[in-house]
Amino acid sequence: MQTNILQYLERTVVRCPDKVAFANEEMGLTFSEVYNQARAIGTKLNKEGYYAKPIVVFMRKHPTTLAAFFGAIYAGCYYVPLDDEMPRHRIELIFQTLGEGALICDETTQSIASELNYKGQIFRYEDLAKGEADDAVLADIRDKQLDIDPIYIVFTSGSTGVPKGVVACHRSVIDYVEHLCEVLKFDENSVFGNQTPLYFDAYLKEVIPTLKYGAKTVLIPKQLFMFPIKLVEFLNEHKINTLCWVVSALTMISSFRTFETVKPEYLRTIAFASEVFPIKQFKLWRAALPQARFINLYGPTETTGICCYYEVDREFSEDETLPVGRPFKNTQIILLDENNQVPPVGQQGEICVRGTRLTLGYYCNPEKTSEAFVQNPLNNLYPELIYRTGDLGRWNDRGELEFAGRKDYQIKHMGHRIELGEIEVIVNMHTQVRSACCIFDNEKKKIVLFYTGDIPVAELTAYIKSKLPRYMIPNVTKQLDELPYTPNGKIDRNGLKSLYAGK
Amino acid sequence: MEALLNILNELHPEVDFETATGLIDDKVLDSFDIVTIVAEIDAEYDVQIPAVELTPENFNSAQALYALVERLMEE
Repeated sequence: MQTNILQYLERTVVRCPDKVAFANEEMGLTFSEVYNQARAIGTKLNKEGYYAKPIVVFMRKHPTTLAAFFGAIYAGCYYVPLDDEMPRHRIELIFQTLGEGALICDETTQSIASELNYKGQIFRYEDLAKGEADDAVLADIRDKQLDIDPIYIVFTSGSTGVPKGVVACHRSVIDYVEHLCEVLKFDENSVFGNQTPLYFDAYLKEVIPTLKYGAKTVLIPKQLFMFPIKLVEFLNEHKINTLCWVVSALTMISSFRTFETVKPEYLRTIAFASEVFPIKQFKLWRAALPQARFINLYGPTETTGICCYYEVDREFSEDETLPVGRPFKNTQIILLDENNQVPPVGQQGEICVRGTRLTLGYYCNPEKTSEAFVQNPLNNLYPELIYRTGDLGRWNDRGELEFAGRKDYQIKHMGHRIELGEIEVIVNMHTQVRSACCIFDNEKKKIVLFYTGDIPVAELTAYIKSKLPRYMIPNVTKQLDELPYTPNGKIDRNGLKSLYAGK
Repeated sequence: MEALLNILNELHPEVDFETATGLIDDKVLDSFDIVTIVAEIDAEYDVQIPAVELTPENFNSAQALYALVERLMEE
């Protein structure tokens, strides 16, 4: 029985050592290079005294970044991928949460890394990867590792202003990858075109199946996602046949009518997640690629990425939405109403997830963990955790789960999960701001910030950019004399929405 | 030109779009901005920017972008 995700790599490297596993526009790493470099990194980190510690990977998006991830796991540690463009304030908040550990940088991030207020040891990838692997050390680590040990921590937006670190273990990732591969029918001929950043968990959909099958993942340059024709030409040039993208990256291509100029020639599987796919755009994709399979994926990071899928098998009209579908095998979805009861079929409830794919919880945050990872209220016989997603859903007549909104102020914007409350906390921290409130314009997909205070809009925006990652920066910022309030003294979000709509 | 500057300023109020010339090269604009700008140009000028015109050169400065809009309006 497989208990460690590195076994995927170890089986494949025997079969196809010289095949390119991970590539970008200018270079590639073969399976044996990934294997050797990861083992060298694991050996070195362990000999430096790191075991069961967080290893921050602060590198540009690159094939070697993936080898660094596996290197951390070889050391018996867990990796923490950080965005090299993330503002310093946020990185330091994350460092505070992580505590003791080490950091791996590369030649492009080295100078920024040395300026960060990082207390642990800083290593350069190049120095770690060129060392020798020590079989005895690595075997000893493997002997001690269990499948419930963590592999990674990814940080997601937190409504209190502090990002939350979701901790995932071998067992949940193996469960996830096995069932995902079965549904999406990946194989050794899969050529993945990666769009998603490496500092969340979405890339696992491509990278771990690449190890499992001896497939290939090409990291697509981020800039191409502004220029759809070049992007499709890149897909063709690299013979990419499989995509697992956020919806906004796909609609960027279709909405500019790119298919009238150039079509993807090799695509056969298109999976998408993170947002609702507008049917109008979806139809353009389907018309351009009538032979391809389209699969809607759904799930939060806390359930190791994805927990439900729906393969599009019928026509939809423009006023319909694609369902979330059904859970993967070995996963159950339970809907719960306000009284923790299962609502009648067709009625709305909170989507709760049960199964091995539940992650371990939030790092150094027992309070938030116990709010979201709770005893299954339908079971009072023995301990059993479910994860409460905060998403609302209902079962349709076909037995498919449909997404019905959020319980709170979490939004999805360009594929990113954002707590509007986190933006508000940051804005309110500024001494010249009296009050602030964010709304989301769902139609135009814009984050709209309203605030009162003396600071001009431009100055406030510059301040926010120094505190929050780019995808959380409000798209529209409005200064008001007063915010509207409801009779019981809360900021009137609906009032702000109608104010914005009638601007 | 003024309407275009308003569109850009609403997205990035702290940027001086009259002088900035590396909007793409310096990563001032991202893909969300491009999608928004194209939609708002359509609403403001009734000009649909086709995919072939989505190039770094056309979006690197407000001037270049306005030249594109004018060219498309004439066609």
